[in-house]
Amino acid sequence: MKKRSTFLFSALCFGMAFLYIPMVLLVVYSFNHSRLVPVWGGFSLRWYKSLFTSEEIWNSLLLSLQIAVVNATFATLLGTFAGLTIARFGRFRGRTLFTGMLSAPLVMPEVITGLSLLLLFITLNELLGWPSSRGMTTITIAHITFSLAYVAVIVQSRLSGMAQDLEEAAQDLGGKPLRVMFDITLPLLAPGMLAGWLLAFTLSLDDLVIASFVSGPGANTLPMLIYSRVRLGLRPDINALATIIIFTVAVGVALAGWLLLRQRKQRERDMRMASA
Amino acid sequence: MSAGRNADSPQHRALLRNLLPGLMRGLLPGVARDLTRKIDNFLQAHWRGLTISVPFLWLLVFFLVPFFIVLKISLAESLIASPPFSPLTEWAEDGALRVRLLFDNFAYLWEDKLYVETYLNSLKISGISTAFCLLIGYPIAYGIVRAASPAKHILLLLIILPFWTSFLLRVYAWMGILADQGTINNILIWAGLIERPVRLLYSEFAVYVGIVYSYLPFMILPLYASMEKLDMTLNEAASDLGAHPAVTFLTVTLPLTVPGIIAGSLLVFIPATGEFVIPDLLGGGNVLMIGKVLYGEFNANRDWPVAAAVAIALLVVLVAPMMLYQHFQSGESSRGAGKGA
Repeated sequence: MKKRSTFLFSALCFGMAFLYIPMVLLVVYSFNHSRLVPVWGGFSLRWYKSLFTSEEIWNSLLLSLQIAVVNATFATLLGTFAGLTIARFGRFRGRTLFTGMLSAPLVMPEVITGLSLLLLFITLNELLGWPSSRGMTTITIAHITFSLAYVAVIVQSRLSGMAQDLEEAAQDLGGKPLRVMFDITLPLLAPGMLAGWLLAFTLSLDDLVIASFVSGPGANTLPMLIYSRVRLGLRPDINALATIIIFTVAVGVALAGWLLLRQRKQRERDMRMASA
Repeated sequence: MSAGRNADSPQHRALLRNLLPGLMRGLLPGVARDLTRKIDNFLQAHWRGLTISVPFLWLLVFFLVPFFIVLKISLAESLIASPPFSPLTEWAEDGALRVRLLFDNFAYLWEDKLYVETYLNSLKISGISTAFCLLIGYPIAYGIVRAASPAKHILLLLIILPFWTSFLLRVYAWMGILADQGTINNILIWAGLIERPVRLLYSEFAVYVGIVYSYLPFMILPLYASMEKLDMTLNEAASDLGAHPAVTFLTVTLPLTVPGIIAGSLLVFIPATGEFVIPDLLGGGNVLMIGKVLYGEFNANRDWPVAAAVAIALLVVLVAPMMLYQHFQSGESSRGAGKGA
């Protein structure tokens, strides 16, 4: 038994090292004065300076953030509808097709999704004259399409883990279905919807392949800009950008964890007070 | 309103003056109440239908229909025009609708050895990477399940955390590690093990490392989910009855985690087969994978019918694993719903 737990312990250490050493190196090299990324030439902040003065970076960051916020909001709305449908509505005509269309985007290779949406936009432009140009709108639509599937998974798993007693009680007391929905189900679902929003937001900020397919001239999202810079080799300013992103995410996750912990402690205190 | 142009007689004006406040006070709220009640009744009666149909229609238009368009264009002929492919249907002189279907693009893919090899190579690379993900991920997932409560949550968070950072930048990190002047070569030279850098970047090895690194969390999370449900008293019973730990693992633990193994493997295998960023950044020109070829046909060659044919052929290869994944997903969710009810 002892032997097996040392094996598991070393597996865990190896796994964490494998996952995190590359990210640590990214951060370390971002402070390297040398232009040759992995060859140490002394501590320096020059790449951060060149990053902050690059207008190109700021423009693409702004575009990416705009797309991500609109995408996350619509994807959360549609994904919550979809999750409710799967978890609460039982059988209806077309359910198999619906669940199929919801789970396929999770595993579909990005090149296929990207190409098919591009060809859809071109066909629509020919038939209806819309969209007349590709850019922010088409990227947002493409992102909503795959993000809503992820939101639906989160919402659905939260709903199926949630007891239906409260909803049933409210219905028995004469609550109309929609009223029950807004007063009972949705408030209980709110943390799941928030998690879905954040996931949709980061998925959109992260996407390179689908955006490259459905974007037009002039609309460069942040990942598209990063890709065009690193595909020919190492770029120290991109290391600086990576460091900023990693720290933003780490702080965000730590903050979320702290808030959750505080909420849980508060609830425990309330329970004690109630039982006392 | 009181100075209305068509209010010509004083009586008319008086009538209006008396009627209007009455209207405002009595009738309008009534109308408004009636309207909200109508909207409410409509929503109460139809909200289920609306909830279903909005995402349904969205997915129909932006997910399902595009595949039929890809299928259509894969059967068209490449043209130097805008759009750069021929129409499938045209009105002949006698007024009849003539449909032209060309299987040339598919024949081209089949006859060109390069495409067939690229397909097989993609399946090989993603299959071997999936096996490595499973071998590395299984003990990690098991270690997390077995960890004590606070450490367990932190470890799980550390597995999920890479999801929230940029995929592209995590692949880029390996360019710095594997490059000729990268971390690994620098360390090996410093240690005196080699004199000249070993070629690591732009090789098939680099692509394997990149795929395993990027997709490992996708393997660990479903494995963790299936292991968390394990009943540890079964293991205790087996060891009480004298089973060797290895036997217990092979006959009790492993069979019970098969759903997690299948879900995790499919979550790695299917997207990895069509992967573009990893073979492009880490494989350079030396590794052929179908996602890269598709992107090249569309982006550099502008041959959209061939790109569409490549996409359809890739989809045909992946349709069986996708159906399997779908089958497992729906099985899991219906079991979950059964538990919730």
